[in-house]
Amino acid sequence: MAKTHVTMKVNGAEVEGLVEPRTLLVHFLRENLSLTGTHIGCETTHCGACTVDLDGMSVKSCTVFAVQAQGSEVLTIEGIANADGSLSALQEGFRMMHGLQCGFCTPGMIVRAQRLLKENPSPTEEEIRMGISGNICRCTGYQNIVRAIQYAADKINGVEFKEAAE
Amino acid sequence: MIPGPFSYHRPATLADAVKLLSTLGDEARPLAGGHSLVPMLKLRLATPEHLVDLHGIDGLKGILPDGNNIVIGAMTTQHELLASDDIKKSLPILQEAALLIADPQVRYRGTIGGNVANGDPGNDMPALMMTLGASYRLEGPTGRRSIAASEFCQGAYLTPREPGEILTAISIPLPAAGHGYAYEKLKRKVGDYATAAAAVVLTMSGGKVASCAIGLTNLHETPLLAADAAKAVIGTSLDAATLKKAAAAAEAIMSPAADARGPVEYRKHVGGIMVTRALQRAASRAK
Repeated sequence: MAKTHVTMKVNGAEVEGLVEPRTLLVHFLRENLSLTGTHIGCETTHCGACTVDLDGMSVKSCTVFAVQAQGSEVLTIEGIANADGSLSALQEGFRMMHGLQCGFCTPGMIVRAQRLLKENPSPTEEEIRMGISGNICRCTGYQNIVRAIQYAADKINGVEFKEAAE
Repeated sequence: MIPGPFSYHRPATLADAVKLLSTLGDEARPLAGGHSLVPMLKLRLATPEHLVDLHGIDGLKGILPDGNNIVIGAMTTQHELLASDDIKKSLPILQEAALLIADPQVRYRGTIGGNVANGDPGNDMPALMMTLGASYRLEGPTGRRSIAASEFCQGAYLTPREPGEILTAISIPLPAAGHGYAYEKLKRKVGDYATAAAAVVLTMSGGKVASCAIGLTNLHETPLLAADAAKAVIGTSLDAATLKKAAAAAEAIMSPAADARGPVEYRKHVGGIMVTRALQRAASRAK
């Protein structure tokens, strides 16, 4: 099958590559660009481990073809840290609140949570839970992931993070 | 999992897309949000030689009030429905149902046109469109036509859409001011298809039901309109006996498959409960 030339902006940098039309975006990111932070979990659009931001939308990159991202802006976990390399509020929240155990779901969780907080800077706990309902975690039971996102929201909003009483 | 090889086309106009699809015939599939089709491609349950991506066509997106109707472009995503003030004001049941479809990531990509055109009995929008009396606009090599939502689903994945045709828009008559509505969906988890779901749109007058339509999702090989159940509640105040009668009338037309969501008896039973709850909640919202 003839390959197609694609160009897109990934984490702020112009990138290009030759792909078959059937190449999934996640494979292009991991194999052509060596950005292996985006994980392949279920490969069936359920688990959300492969979540990236595509033109301002959270998408499962196992269910979008690389050719469909032609000319788009893509953000992956590798582009989440602050410009000076320090941890972003969300990364810090996941660290401080122990929002991960094995870490497999974490890149997708953080990229998804970033879009969630852009759309809704002060989400309720319920809104956070619904907001990450497309991302499956098999370790934490979600409690600490929710806390991590609350921590990040408070930090971004400049308010002191107080854990809700159990 | 990697799909079989295919050629990718991204036409910029509807005319080009129709031309491509009619020339390529059965070997081509239109690609909308892709969240039904791409998983099928990865499982190699579908192996089309050509995909015609509809994302490049500007005219297929948008929500336009049109007299007594709202016209929704087929490539409008579930996320865009949820963000629309027009939908919030005139057709809030669409937002209630859209929020129960899949998960946030899928809703950013999944389109209303794909949801209805695919003919999947598990999809939520087809029964809702039947309940609302919507019609679908199709464009093909021989011109345009309009098909009532109630006549579109002829069997599982079986619709009157010809290979060269594209479902371009959905036209929905505005429900009466003060109407009550509810979409009740029982599912095992976020992202699942309905074990059973019911849509209700009704109007009340003097505490009694003046008009009512009831749609059922995933309780038959096609979405259903529960006409007898709707008739049973007209003129009543939805007392317990009437609700029981309506649920029984709805259950009588259900023929769900026995699958991982439960045996037939269970799915019919909870289908009746979805009808009851949707009727009660719709009535409580009616003004």
